[in-house]
Amino acid sequence: MTLHPILAALRKHKAGVVLISLQIALTLAIVCNAIFIIQKRIDMVHRPTGLNEDNLFLVTQQWVGAPDGDDPAGLEKLDSMQQADLATLRNLPDVASVSPIRSLPLLRSGSVGGIGMKPLQQKSTVDANFFFGDEHMLSTLGLKLVAGRDFTAADVQHKGFRDESGPVLTIITKPIADKLFPRGDAVGKVIYFDSGSTPTTIVGVVARLQSPIDSGDSGLAWNSVMFPIRQDANFARYVLRAKPGRLVQAMNAVTPALYAANPMRVLDDRSVRSFADIRARAYRADVGMAILMSVICLILLAVTAAGIVGLTSFWVGQRRRQIGVRRALGARKVDILHYFQLENLLIAGIGAVIGILLAVGLNLWLITRFEMDRMPVIYVAVGVLAVLALGQAAVFVPARRASNVPPVVATHAA
Amino acid sequence: MFGYYLELALRSLKRSPGLTVLMVLAIGFGVAASMTTYAVFRGVSGDPIPWKSSRLFVPRIDMWGPSDSGHVGEPPDALDYTDAMALMRDHRAKLQSAIYLIAPSVIPSGAGRSPIPVDGYAVYGEFFPMLDVPFLYGSGWSADDDAHQAAVAVIGDKLNQQVFGGGNSVGKTIDIEGKDYRVIGVLADWNPQPIFYDVLDTGGYGGGDGPGVFVPFQRAVAVNMSNSGVNLCRVEPTESGFVGLQHSNCIWIAYMAELDGAGAVQSYRQYLDDYAREQRTAGRFSWSPNNRLFDVPAYLEHEHVVPSDTKVSLLVALGLLIVCLVNTVGLLLAKFLRRSGEIGVRRALGASRRAIYAQFLTEAGMIGAGGGVLGLLLTGLGVLGVGVVLPARLAHLARIDPSLLMLTVLVAVVATLLAGIYPTFRASRVQPAWQLKTN
Repeated sequence: MTLHPILAALRKHKAGVVLISLQIALTLAIVCNAIFIIQKRIDMVHRPTGLNEDNLFLVTQQWVGAPDGDDPAGLEKLDSMQQADLATLRNLPDVASVSPIRSLPLLRSGSVGGIGMKPLQQKSTVDANFFFGDEHMLSTLGLKLVAGRDFTAADVQHKGFRDESGPVLTIITKPIADKLFPRGDAVGKVIYFDSGSTPTTIVGVVARLQSPIDSGDSGLAWNSVMFPIRQDANFARYVLRAKPGRLVQAMNAVTPALYAANPMRVLDDRSVRSFADIRARAYRADVGMAILMSVICLILLAVTAAGIVGLTSFWVGQRRRQIGVRRALGARKVDILHYFQLENLLIAGIGAVIGILLAVGLNLWLITRFEMDRMPVIYVAVGVLAVLALGQAAVFVPARRASNVPPVVATHAA
Repeated sequence: MFGYYLELALRSLKRSPGLTVLMVLAIGFGVAASMTTYAVFRGVSGDPIPWKSSRLFVPRIDMWGPSDSGHVGEPPDALDYTDAMALMRDHRAKLQSAIYLIAPSVIPSGAGRSPIPVDGYAVYGEFFPMLDVPFLYGSGWSADDDAHQAAVAVIGDKLNQQVFGGGNSVGKTIDIEGKDYRVIGVLADWNPQPIFYDVLDTGGYGGGDGPGVFVPFQRAVAVNMSNSGVNLCRVEPTESGFVGLQHSNCIWIAYMAELDGAGAVQSYRQYLDDYAREQRTAGRFSWSPNNRLFDVPAYLEHEHVVPSDTKVSLLVALGLLIVCLVNTVGLLLAKFLRRSGEIGVRRALGASRRAIYAQFLTEAGMIGAGGGVLGLLLTGLGVLGVGVVLPARLAHLARIDPSLLMLTVLVAVVATLLAGIYPTFRASRVQPAWQLKTN
């Protein structure tokens, strides 16, 4: 079949052709950018934190009438209260291990500081998230040690919450080790925290540990350090690993056990949270936006398909007589079907070409305006195939109706 | 005549129900998707205090200097204790308050009642009139109370219910962190979003019922009620504890000032620069003044409070609306031109082009109205759906109210009328003689 008759016919319907191809172009531009954004969101949400997240949960509680920990006696009192809690939790039948902790990945609160290579270095070489816990921290969190050793009980100190004196030992994540010691010999080296003068020795390197506060992908996201320090304050956090399959039972046992050990404390319904809950909460806005945008894309595709069905139906109705003439002159049903399919392919093709330009333009604009990334070509390619397929699917019903026009229509009076 | 056009339109719409349904669906879905995302956008980007936002200012002082690695020429996001206190002491604005987040436990009287954790703020008395905070009972405290570190407190209505069972509790005593405070005011429902007076700690949005308790700033400092919000340090404090934080140049204090008129704003800017120069002379700063003074809208913009996601999804939804319009133009064109014969007859019988315009725009308007009604229903569903998929702190801001409903119908009708203009123009151009001949 030659294109010539199709082109000649299209020239008679300029407005309709322009409208459909414009619609397809806009649909393509919007949908492939939206899917790109959605895909980035999904990738982000599925990044591992570095923790073994199953069976992990967090307890946050506040003591009432506790000393403020700014004087040594108060500090010792706070620490003994914390130790008592740790012992209580460790004795629970469904709990596998426990560590005090200040924060967890995705928790949205935590402390950050700078690391320097020299004492009293004013401008930090790299910034990092600080994690504080005891010798059970690594094993409870399920972190993967790639070099050096874990903390031991002898390493663990305890300090006031606001005691800013430099730590003695640290375990760092691989991204920091790679940045500070590119030759891979970080273990045993000395670094300095927060422009301080206390040397801190690196005893180990873990593969991965995500930031508590930065759920994005900035420099801070994977830069974490751990200290063998139990921090004492009027509130405490504990991270617990339940025995396999006993998460719910372990979580339910915590509040009564802690109250039984010491009733002067505050635990509310959000004090005991599974890590799955922390993760879901941290990414809820991202997942929600992805769903919202997917729904909009689906509506968009449906509307465009509906538009194609509507206009093609109109054209079929308008051309009934011409179709009849063609049929009477010997065209088969399949020829008529192909005619409309080819016509749609042509229009959708024009739309797709404009749409590619619009899609790239929109992406470039989003990059400047919203710090978006450059969209890989594959999204546009898939988008083009999708709109062409959508066009073919939408045109099928009216095209088949056209192919069913009987030749006798040719003889009807106009 | 309008009645006649309505009847004609109805008859025409009934004649091709498929096409009509398609158009109504397209308009309905397009409008509903746009309105739903707009509702979210409006919720999160709304002006929290529209009657006053242009007179409320957030000062920023660069006490860290250009050597700080994290900021490129921008002063830090909050004030340290020294500067906040200097600004309070100089008292150059009409009203002003330093602000920091506290999280004390309130211990209800009566045996066997467990302590209640509350979020609140340590502020100065001018905070309440400055932000037009509404009171159910009583009022805020005076400058005198601030100066004397009076043990007074303003409590939220929820805490009032929990501790006193509601009612006028002014004058009653409340135990905050083991110390007695006299309740001086009970707030009416007050939780403006974004939380413009404390973006640093909240990121701009907080669910729940708003702050539960307010105590005088100097009182909170005196009883060592420590900051429970963010503190950022460039150099770690040399002393430990809350006192160490006060003596450091760590930033942890939010600040707000009311300045009426451009003159006041200008002189306050001047004052900030003079202050920074003074600090330089005194040897505290070694750089030239680098201050900012944002009004509330500019400040929220500066802090990127509105998630850029919301803007992008609003754009996508607007794109959908445009596609729906293009779609409607196409379908209306098809529909109207199919009736060339009818138009020809009407024109031949003396109808003017204007009459044709009136007839077809009426029909477009009817489709728009139909789309609007469908859009209303779908917007309702959409806002409910948003409540399921988005976090509560954002979702509860997306609300259906009369203005949103009216806007939905208006957008649907106006959009469809716009979409109808070109097809109507084409219809009015139909040549009567030619049509009569071919039919």
